[in-house]
Amino acid sequence: MSKVRVLVGTKKGAFVLSADGTRKDWEVSGPFFAGWEIYHVKGSPADPQRLWASQSSGWSGQVMQRSDDGGATWAPVGNKFVYDGVPGTHQWYDGTPHPWEFKRVWHLEPSLTDPDTVYAGVEDAALFKSTDGGANWEELAGLRGHGAERDTYAPHWQPGAGGMCLHTIILDPSNKQRMYIAISAAGAFRTDDGGRNWKPINKGLVSNFMPNPTAEVGHCVHHVAMHKARPEVLFMQKHWDVMRSDDAGESWQEVSGNLPTDFGFAIDVHAHEPDTIYVAPIKSDSEHFPLNGALRIYRSRTGGNQWEALTRGLPQKDCYVNVLRDAMAVDQLDACGVYFGTTGGQVYASADAGENWAPIVHDLPAVLSVEVQTLA
Amino acid sequence: MSGQGTAAPAIRVILPQHLRALAGLGSNPFAGTGAEVALKVQAPVTVRRGLDALEARYPMLKGTIREYGTGQRRAFLRFFACETDWSHASLDAELPGVITEGKEPLLIVAAIAGG
Repeated sequence: MSKVRVLVGTKKGAFVLSADGTRKDWEVSGPFFAGWEIYHVKGSPADPQRLWASQSSGWSGQVMQRSDDGGATWAPVGNKFVYDGVPGTHQWYDGTPHPWEFKRVWHLEPSLTDPDTVYAGVEDAALFKSTDGGANWEELAGLRGHGAERDTYAPHWQPGAGGMCLHTIILDPSNKQRMYIAISAAGAFRTDDGGRNWKPINKGLVSNFMPNPTAEVGHCVHHVAMHKARPEVLFMQKHWDVMRSDDAGESWQEVSGNLPTDFGFAIDVHAHEPDTIYVAPIKSDSEHFPLNGALRIYRSRTGGNQWEALTRGLPQKDCYVNVLRDAMAVDQLDACGVYFGTTGGQVYASADAGENWAPIVHDLPAVLSVEVQTLA
Repeated sequence: MSGQGTAAPAIRVILPQHLRALAGLGSNPFAGTGAEVALKVQAPVTVRRGLDALEARYPMLKGTIREYGTGQRRAFLRFFACETDWSHASLDAELPGVITEGKEPLLIVAAIAGG
């Protein structure tokens, strides 16, 4: 029988939640790396026993951990993240130049085919890659170096309120040379040559907080999701607005439709229905909790615009948690399981594509990330 | 040759809890098992040489006490020796004799901060 393993990163450690395919009875293990911030934990599609964890703290910086036995045991690997060449400067909040400084790894994206290869999205925004099981990390410097002399160039990028983080990495399963990344608050970028050259892909995004709301960079993209069977279609949760692209990011259209608020962080796609998408609407950029204290996931079965609230099993009053950008995931079972974590320490699961929800755990530290592995 | 090849007694280094856990030395929040590490360091004994020896034995600590790139002490960690704050002294300043003789420990202390 199939199994699922939910990998949870929290403000104070990592947890692994395991269940069989019924997804009713859960075993909780952890905390791993107790006391440290775990921004992301993700398994290798090429070897599901190999897991990666980004461990960091304000005291001791960045540590990278790897497990080769599905999370039972872990060992530190290389943690030397040094920008390629002279790091230079980016724009600070007040518009002055600020030195590029490595702070932490936000997101890990293991290769789809090679267990020893993994990408890391970091703050201050850059993309790193390891091809030796995490021992060494090298910046894919073409991202920050793209378009020199243009106003999309990295020295013009500016951090969002949470820092200038590269938080989303999507590998195209149909084209090994194509990859998407997103940065707050620079926007989305794409490479078609394995990471040497990059272009901003933000046409159609409108951000009213910017001096030029339709500028090519500067958008606070919160997260992007793709269905593996239709890699040219992307869904984006922006600071405000839910967006869709049907041409690999060349252009975007708003699909917020009837959402009660289109601010939010998380977005994901159903495992078997490329037009079924999920978001976790949040009241506003200044009030990071659900509208009216009711925790609702919204689902669109039409690729956007028409949305329905999913509420069964979720608190519908007095709920003031947030769902962060990497804290939603789906499994590959039939029916598709959907999972999300909250800053209140709950991890909710639905084993029926969102119709019914129940907490797997409800008293963890604030949840920063949720990933799911579907195991044979 | 002065300072070369002189075998010093082991210096004693006390690590904060998170770094003890990372190094596989246990995670007792109170000084006790695993809190103290004995390291052979060539004279003249300095903070830099102590940290070099520490990282040689526990490579997973690289980058967690001194930042990569600058090599500077992380802002929320401090070095104390003989009840004196050595955090702002040169990493190459020679430590007092009682440290180099292993009579007193070199303390790496994490700031009481965070949430």
